[in-house]
Amino acid sequence: MSKKDIIICRCEDISLQDVHDCLESGYTTVEDIKRILRVGMGPCQGQTCSHLIQAEIAKFLGMKKEDVKFQKTRPLVTGVSLEAIAKQALKGEEND
Amino acid sequence: MIKASIVIIGAGISGLSTAYNLAKEGMKDIHVIDKGYFTNGSTGRCGAGVRQQWSTKMNCILAKKSIEFFGRANEELGYHKDIEFKQEGYLILATNEEEDLQFEKNVKLQNSLGVPTVKLTVEEALKVVPHLNKDSFISATYCKTDGHVNPFLMSEAYYLAAKKLGVNFHFYEEVKDIVVEDGVIKKVITEKGEYITDKVLNAAGGYAKEIGLMAGVEIPVFSENHEILVTERAKPLQGPMVMSFSKNIYCQQVPHGSFLMGRSNPYAEKSHDISSSWEFLDEMAKTVFHILPEVAKLRVIRTWGGSYNLSPDRQPIISDTKELKGFYMACGFSGHGFMFAPITGELLTEIILGKTLDEYAHELHIDRFKDKDITVFEHSVV
Repeated sequence: MSKKDIIICRCEDISLQDVHDCLESGYTTVEDIKRILRVGMGPCQGQTCSHLIQAEIAKFLGMKKEDVKFQKTRPLVTGVSLEAIAKQALKGEEND
Repeated sequence: MIKASIVIIGAGISGLSTAYNLAKEGMKDIHVIDKGYFTNGSTGRCGAGVRQQWSTKMNCILAKKSIEFFGRANEELGYHKDIEFKQEGYLILATNEEEDLQFEKNVKLQNSLGVPTVKLTVEEALKVVPHLNKDSFISATYCKTDGHVNPFLMSEAYYLAAKKLGVNFHFYEEVKDIVVEDGVIKKVITEKGEYITDKVLNAAGGYAKEIGLMAGVEIPVFSENHEILVTERAKPLQGPMVMSFSKNIYCQQVPHGSFLMGRSNPYAEKSHDISSSWEFLDEMAKTVFHILPEVAKLRVIRTWGGSYNLSPDRQPIISDTKELKGFYMACGFSGHGFMFAPITGELLTEIILGKTLDEYAHELHIDRFKDKDITVFEHSVV
């Protein structure tokens, strides 16, 4: 199967070929690749792709996967609508 | 030990732009040092907006010149991708009488400098952004040539162009000290080695003050956390950035489809904190739900923070210093370093190479804060 057809990040539609090209051009950390390719910035926040990218970096640099630093985890854990947050916050103010 | 004609501390957009411009002028042995990953600092954390609607003459000039560069950046830098320069304007809302009067003055100033801003009534503003809550503002200003640039890709465009011209980059390398002897810079010491040089550019963003102190130069800036969030992607809904200083919000849909929005925290302390808070999320959600209810239907997928490096008059310091020969600085951008980067790099190159500086740019000197009361202050800041 061509590397172009292997999807690493489903949220941003990034292929294994894209990741390898990025590694070849000198970006060799999860944080670097995230900023160049947007991997890990979609709705799943890297829950699928980050581990795969970690593995690809390890292979590329000849490291153990666990030695490749993972990306910073940021809030939120899952997507929540702004309207829902606003209504809850306004409700909280009424109850104060 | 490496010999450098200049060491640039910070590979954020200001450092990158200056490195590129210096190399273009023929300078060799330029070394750019950054303590983290690519765009780890304020550049990679910014709101991606580029605007020319300011209340001070200086900021208008800097912004206009920078916007002109963004228009030709892909071509000039020979970038193989696209910096995603989108010019669909900034719509700035006035929500009270005082703001309405101030905006009247702002538009006059901006027009006198060639910035094509227009003042709009509520009805006219609704034609530009139909989903605005019409009861949330009383008038607006609109400049159609303002817009958006992708900070990661703009940085990469400068980075690759600078590398092609021979600039050396060192990421994941923290500067520990700057050695000065008899009023002359001798070397820069990092966690990995030493750079022999007599010139240093402080482009350290949130850490500009600390880098200044390493060289014994006091810079009157401080850092403050500004938080921001991004939503899931949506179909094209909103062309312009919608902004309000009094309601404390900026909100734009980027070409990728996500909405980026942020606001400042009036209780933020001077610090290097860049964490996320639930208070921000609550306040941001309430504000956007009030002004742009349609946008509030989208889901937030991520929040983060970044440092504003604030100067006393909320205008940048682009300068050398009489205190130490060979020490240059680009700091105190007060949240607007990304959008001013093209002109920052050009001006610093003129200063560093000892060329004649345009008259207006003398006011960017650090000496403006010495024994002087601040007479000009930028109010148009979120």
